Amino acid sequence: MKFLLTNRVPHVRRSPIAPTMGLPLLEPRTSNPEPRTFPMIFDSFEHPMTPLPSNIPCSHASLTAVEWQRAMDELKEIGATFLTLWGADDSNPDNCDHDRGFSIHAAFLLPEGAVVLSHNIAYLTNPTYPTIAPSFPAAARMERATRDLLGISSTAPDQRPWLNHNAWPTTHPLRRELKSCHSERSEEPPHFARAATTPYPFVTVEGDGVHEIAVGPVHAGIIEPGHFRFSVVGEKVLRLEERLGYTHKGVAKLFESLPQKDGHQLAARVSGDSAVAFSWAYCAALESITGAAAPARATSLRALALEHERLANHLGDLGALGNDAGFALGLTQFSRLKEDLLRANVEAFGERYLFNYILPGGVASNLPQPAYPHLVHLYRTLDYEVAGLRAIYDEHGGLQDRFREAGLLSRDLALRLGAVGLAARASGVARDLRIDHPWPPYDQSAKFATQIVTETGGDVAARVLMRFREIFESLRLCRALLADLSHTSVEAGPVQIAVPIAEPDRLGIGLIEGWRGPVMIALETGADGAIRRCHAHDPSWQNWPLLEYAILGNIVPDFPLINKSFNLSYSGPDG
Amino acid sequence: MLNTLSRILRTGILTEPTLEPRTSNLEPAVDTLQQALWAILGRALCIRHVDAGSCNGCELEIHALNNPYYNLEGAGIKFVASPRHADLLLVTGPVSVNMEEALRRTYDAIPDPKMVIAIGDCGTCGGIFGASYATRGPVAAVIPVTHNIPGCPPTPAAIMAGILQAISTR
Repeated sequence: MKFLLTNRVPHVRRSPIAPTMGLPLLEPRTSNPEPRTFPMIFDSFEHPMTPLPSNIPCSHASLTAVEWQRAMDELKEIGATFLTLWGADDSNPDNCDHDRGFSIHAAFLLPEGAVVLSHNIAYLTNPTYPTIAPSFPAAARMERATRDLLGISSTAPDQRPWLNHNAWPTTHPLRRELKSCHSERSEEPPHFARAATTPYPFVTVEGDGVHEIAVGPVHAGIIEPGHFRFSVVGEKVLRLEERLGYTHKGVAKLFESLPQKDGHQLAARVSGDSAVAFSWAYCAALESITGAAAPARATSLRALALEHERLANHLGDLGALGNDAGFALGLTQFSRLKEDLLRANVEAFGERYLFNYILPGGVASNLPQPAYPHLVHLYRTLDYEVAGLRAIYDEHGGLQDRFREAGLLSRDLALRLGAVGLAARASGVARDLRIDHPWPPYDQSAKFATQIVTETGGDVAARVLMRFREIFESLRLCRALLADLSHTSVEAGPVQIAVPIAEPDRLGIGLIEGWRGPVMIALETGADGAIRRCHAHDPSWQNWPLLEYAILGNIVPDFPLINKSFNLSYSGPDG
Repeated sequence: MLNTLSRILRTGILTEPTLEPRTSNLEPAVDTLQQALWAILGRALCIRHVDAGSCNGCELEIHALNNPYYNLEGAGIKFVASPRHADLLLVTGPVSVNMEEALRRTYDAIPDPKMVIAIGDCGTCGGIFGASYATRGPVAAVIPVTHNIPGCPPTPAAIMAGILQAISTR
């Protein structure tokens, strides 16, 4: 049962620098490109893989339980990156026909593209599927969440609830017996069981002098809610266990009550600091299903917005990291630079945080002419100021003393735990969707080809350095995108096209490298422009468990600093 | 060190005497806010913030209040770690069912007389999330709210104006 990837038709990666014979490096942009797919053969099952609509090459296969399990072994062996796991109730809600049972889906990244594997589960009293956590540990919490939402269990030993804190009025909200999310309200009794009355079985550490510190869900700062349970001896952390799910807002259920044309609004609000990444991923999924590609100018503007989002978050984090190490100047300086960027966003995109900028078929507005010189000036200022601040951070002994060797995550551990995004790159794992599977406009010119940034330290210092270096790379991309946008006149074309209603029962994938890591939307269409199921995946799912390891052996007062160096989302994975 | 000092000198004071753009005369300057606080409270205002289930968008704008441009702390408004030190509770998000109990407990821990401001469209009216199996909708559905600041997310200027208004009507 050895191995998978024999590409019948090899997927040809576009070279970032194609021979140009003196012509501009811009490749022709087609208005409606063919879906890019790659055929694959797995040894462990015989069904052919079918192409799946997506903004990157993507394949799909439906598997039996045995094939599902074998495929996981194979995928682990070839070093696939685990992306996400989600379930769906395939019943027909109108006639309560449960014949189609449930589906469990898992998505992976391979050098050739993304792979989505699905396994159908019969509608039984206790629907079960084989766990994938032994091969991909990051899946463990997703399996627990899927059980809470759908009532389908994996065979993993840890069956503690994750999202359900025993206070919901319903047991499995994503089952089809329920109608829309909003109609649920009127049927609710006025008071229900209080979450805090139900103790959660944390894993305890016993020994001389070992005690627990419970933190949260309300933290001592302006920050999202979550609970951290430390087992410590003196100041030293022996174990950290996270308990999240406090901000669960029923996003998946809410998607099912929205029409396809409005889903991007909710996607943007899955995690507010990644609004562009999520709304773009949603639009990419919908546009791939319908075949309506956004105009070239709109994709450039989307990339500009995505890089601005990356810059804003990195600037904010660098300030907060300085502050958490007692260097107030860092916070003051970086927060003013971030404010400058947000104010430029108002001029360029019409809002400070881009919750409403990316729409199906394009973007909300063209770049106004006066914004061009201002953005050029902004990028120049940021380049200069951030370089100066980097020198200050580098030379500050006290700061470096706090940063270095704090919250160490080795490359080996990052790989085994399935780390993604910025945190993985800081531990030497070179994964970035913009480079590995570039989608428009990142694939369209050598100028837009992102240079990968990695560090090998794996400590807070490495994650700080990552942010500095990614800021410079993002600024380079912004300048290239802006130059390209200014070459074509404003009247060069529309920035939004109409997206037709997608046909029912189609699955589409949107994958965007947000500032934290790969953001994914899996969109399943329903009849008459409805959403049947929409799964939004935040990379924090994979990276939260990293923090539990990175903190080991550190002292409790370093936790805020180490936590901030990852800066993971609560709202995103809570859903 | 020289580098750091020269940067401080070069940056200077950025706090804005008036906030731009002014959309209404309700948007206060920092000094107006400070004078109002002094006249009404006679001391600094202490705020405890609770995220009751927001998407994190409103938190980012609350963070911005402390940047040098808005300099909220300069106006005598301070974010405190304990609800027992707070005069005002700032709540964001549609209240998730999982955060309901924590929000109630935080509210109870704040000494009387207390003010509660709901921030953002979600906190004000439930926003895009509304009320569902997982959310209670607006903050007012769970604890008494004295003032609302809508917006998705509201700008720092709008939050400052809202805080001033809440104190003025106390």
